[in-house]
Amino acid sequence: MKNQSRWYLFFFMTPILLWLFLLIVLPHIDLLIMSFRMEDDAGDMVWSLGNYLTFFTEPIYWATFARTALYSILVTVLTFVIALPIAFYITHVVSPKLSGFLMLLLLLPFWVSELVRVYGWMILLRESGVLNHFLVQLGILDKPVEMLYTDATMILGLVYTSMLFMVVPLISVLESLDKTLIEAAFDLGANMWIVLLRIIIPHAMPGIVSGSIVVFMLTLGNYLTPNLMGGKNSLWFTEQIYNQFIASFNWNQGSAFGFLLLLLSSLIIWVGLKLSGQTLGKVVK
Amino acid sequence: MHIDLSVQNITKKFKDFTAVDSVSFKVEQGRFFSILGPSGCGKTTLLRMIAGFTEPTHGIIAIRGKNMQGITPNKRPVNLIFQHLALFPMMNVAQNIAFGLQRQGHGKADIHKKIDTILDRVDLPGFQDKKIDQLSGGQKQRVAIARCLVLEPTVLLLDEPLGALDLKLRDQMKVELKKLQAKVGTTFVYITHDQSEALVMSDYVAVMNKGRFEQVDTPQNLYNHPATPFTAQFVGDNNAWSGRVTQISDTRASLVTPDGNTFTINTINTNDPSFSVDAKVDLFLRPEAMVIQPDPSMDQLNRFEIIVKAILFDGANSRLLATPINSEKELIIGLPQNRQFDHVRPLDKLEIGWHEASGICFAKNEAQA
Repeated sequence: MKNQSRWYLFFFMTPILLWLFLLIVLPHIDLLIMSFRMEDDAGDMVWSLGNYLTFFTEPIYWATFARTALYSILVTVLTFVIALPIAFYITHVVSPKLSGFLMLLLLLPFWVSELVRVYGWMILLRESGVLNHFLVQLGILDKPVEMLYTDATMILGLVYTSMLFMVVPLISVLESLDKTLIEAAFDLGANMWIVLLRIIIPHAMPGIVSGSIVVFMLTLGNYLTPNLMGGKNSLWFTEQIYNQFIASFNWNQGSAFGFLLLLLSSLIIWVGLKLSGQTLGKVVK
Repeated sequence: MHIDLSVQNITKKFKDFTAVDSVSFKVEQGRFFSILGPSGCGKTTLLRMIAGFTEPTHGIIAIRGKNMQGITPNKRPVNLIFQHLALFPMMNVAQNIAFGLQRQGHGKADIHKKIDTILDRVDLPGFQDKKIDQLSGGQKQRVAIARCLVLEPTVLLLDEPLGALDLKLRDQMKVELKKLQAKVGTTFVYITHDQSEALVMSDYVAVMNKGRFEQVDTPQNLYNHPATPFTAQFVGDNNAWSGRVTQISDTRASLVTPDGNTFTINTINTNDPSFSVDAKVDLFLRPEAMVIQPDPSMDQLNRFEIIVKAILFDGANSRLLATPINSEKELIIGLPQNRQFDHVRPLDKLEIGWHEASGICFAKNEAQA
């Protein structure tokens, strides 16, 4: 019996372990080694920390990272602010039948690839786009303006892309929120804001944190949306990594940046967990 | 006496369904007032209207003479104890109690003192830092009560708060709640479907059925002088028997049951004016009104014979399940546990007697039959 269960474990774990090892661990080890190697003056590959030092000595790199991190935090906060009322509405305001339908409506755009969705936004927002057309027709604008390729549109696109990853964990925590807690708070004299701050948000905290981690990580690592909607002015750190690999053919520098992105984003999440008083174990549960 | 809560012709309609149908009542200051009714009778809707969570379709709710129309729950001088208590699990006991005080704008030191006082009062001193999930059912109950009482509401509303407790604890909390109410003197409005809770604790009980009040009275009067067949059947156990009036003389009437028993009843207890010869009536007899093997010398007694079907032993509340001879009608008869009837066995034939004054009759409502 014991042997049999061990065999089951082996059978089901093998594909997962193989996948993890061959496709994730192994390439990362290769990248890690690469990131510590650098050409010296003589043109030979030697072990060096130079690739990492470049990040801190060249302002353009760490400034891009800081910008990316700050905008990712902003996107996370905006996504949360928009997603919370939506999740609350779906779980506690509408009838259960309608809430299923609304969930479906939320999911629907995500059946389409991100690329198509971003192009959709571009069709709406570009100079010759749908929105400009209507604004000119209605006489609000004299001539079309370019709405794409600004930080604001990039953030709009990123929030749109991240929405679902915040709404879903929020819905699952808010579903377990007892409606009578809200009523009890009102009964004890609270207003809407107090209910939100003292009852709803503390209850939803695990969902908020897990949603925020996912949204933050996805935004930080997003390449497509900043590249297409942000244009030349909105430099995203992933674009820097891309440039190193593809434009400069400096794979060593690129992998160092990749690891820095991983480390620094993990650090930010660790700080975030500490500040919100949550632990990863509680959030994942 | 001041009137703390006055409800006039309150009605609540949900589309075609009338949950509460022009109910009126007044509660004096310091009373323990219960609303007793089966589930779905509209009592929770009524309570939610008083608390302000539901707007009445029409009618007036006034608290200490002040019309509550359009006043939101957070501005009403009433507090509600929810069925499942609704303690905030993200806060400890002290934070739960402080929640309402902070909303009233009390200072920190003041809040601290008030929490200590109220926890003493509900016999939970030193529980400030306990987490809600560390408390037992009875302790949670008391924290919920403390959280409301600390705000000194004019009226405390309670929505079946004992429903989730096990029987032993419920009996204990009944007594505690009654004592607590007497101690603090706050007006309690308590809703329940459990008649024993209502009878034990209340000064006045309103029996509610299908959105209407059937009777508002003291527990003793409800039990002894029910005004309607519904009250007679819902409050306490009762044997219902149909019959036909054959003769009326002065204060006494004779009636005959379908199974051929003839009984005489004292009509002083019969509040029904439509009581006349040949009228169909419902007769209600309490299990304890029926005496097993009555003394032959006692008069004014209706006597008949029964066959014991089963003995329902339940300590002091033991009963006999029996049928009258030549009848399928099941009766529940009180079985005093004074060792006098230890010999009774199923299928025994016994004589039963009940006093003329202890039967209660209502003219049969044809619509119901």
